[in-house]
Amino acid sequence: MHKQFRLGLIAAAAAIATLPATLSAHRLWMLPSITVVSSDDAWVTFDAAASNDLFHPDHQPLRAPPAAFAPDGSAAKIENWATGRYRSTFDLHLTQPGTWKVAMVNQGVMGSYTLNGEQKRLPRGTALAELAGAVPAGATEVKLTEVDSRNEVFVTSGAPTQTVLTPTGKGLELVAASHPNDLVASEAATFGFLVDGKPAPAGLDVQVIPGGKRYRDDEGTIALKTDAQGQVRIEWPGPGMYWLNVSSEGRSTAIPDAARRMGYTATIEVLPG
Amino acid sequence: MPLSYRILMTGIAAASSAGPAAAQTMQLDVAIPRLTVAEYHRPYVAIWLEQQGGPARTLQIWYDHDMPKNEGTKWLRDVRQWWRASGRALKLPADGVSGATRAPGRHSVSFVNGRGPLGRLAPGQYVLVVEAAREVGGRELLRLPFAWPPKPGVAATARGQSELGAATLTFKR
Repeated sequence: MHKQFRLGLIAAAAAIATLPATLSAHRLWMLPSITVVSSDDAWVTFDAAASNDLFHPDHQPLRAPPAAFAPDGSAAKIENWATGRYRSTFDLHLTQPGTWKVAMVNQGVMGSYTLNGEQKRLPRGTALAELAGAVPAGATEVKLTEVDSRNEVFVTSGAPTQTVLTPTGKGLELVAASHPNDLVASEAATFGFLVDGKPAPAGLDVQVIPGGKRYRDDEGTIALKTDAQGQVRIEWPGPGMYWLNVSSEGRSTAIPDAARRMGYTATIEVLPG
Repeated sequence: MPLSYRILMTGIAAASSAGPAAAQTMQLDVAIPRLTVAEYHRPYVAIWLEQQGGPARTLQIWYDHDMPKNEGTKWLRDVRQWWRASGRALKLPADGVSGATRAPGRHSVSFVNGRGPLGRLAPGQYVLVVEAAREVGGRELLRLPFAWPPKPGVAATARGQSELGAATLTFKR
């Protein structure tokens, strides 16, 4: 049972990091109850799961709590974590004004090798630094993929701030030319992306999918490609919650003969007006 | 009594003809409609000023301003265009700006140039915006454009369909 769950989550994480925009797959998402709050003692509650349709939990819950960051950049506490059959829930207590971030970051190495005629997988969550000890001597058919994926949600109490939007310089990250908590349907948004701190190349697939899939026939995907500045401009079809995903594949520079998969995902709320 | 009255009148006349001009005043008359609904709560109402290229300034926010622990602020985000334009940058409650919610009926509020939340208005094109959001109800926004300083006799009017009734902006000295 546990193993199955684990495999399911690995599959979901891999899907996020790798699948081209045209394929439907289990998508990992976190859904906040609200993203723009006015109280100085606000709570936001979240659902988190992997599912096909956004944002309907029907497959697997998120298995481990994400990290959270307060507007001053300090680590914040995930409250009331609970896991159900199809989704996990947790709360964030907004104890200071500004923009907060909840983030699932998955950085490490996935892969498999053959030892004594048996195929083995690297343990889940193998860090780059642990790689040397993770592949035993005598292993053959070593296939490694460096994975770097990020899934983020922003919520703001009072006026939006920038600290939690500061990139780390590792993997695929958002450059919020439009603040993610300052979006309205009548105004196009501009988001840029960084790869290891440098503007993402042109032509990366970016997909933006509105929630509420069960109540319409079309997926409704807005399929975009990054421009020469590594940016996309999004015209919103209407207010709502959107799942934004961009992915990139290439060769690892950290591990010889390894692939690299990077992904960035965010849940973004667009308000009427 | 008649004497002091006369003196006062003379004083005003003198001020308006010879002394510095009386401050320009703008008056907003706005109706909150009476609604026949199962659950009625008075709307939160924001009144603010927009100027092209300038920051919005809040003139009034009527909300549950006197609840324990400032709990009434929780729903200010539902007055959402105001919240985005100005509210989220304010520290509330704010003197001369925060006020209690108001009952259905006609309400009149005046703003004097150079005083209180209006401040001293630079000449230009402005829009006075009135937005109402009601718990378990709707939201509506009215825009009243005007030029400053106002020409004599000029007024701006708008009429809401759901959460606000008629709104009129008039000017006097």
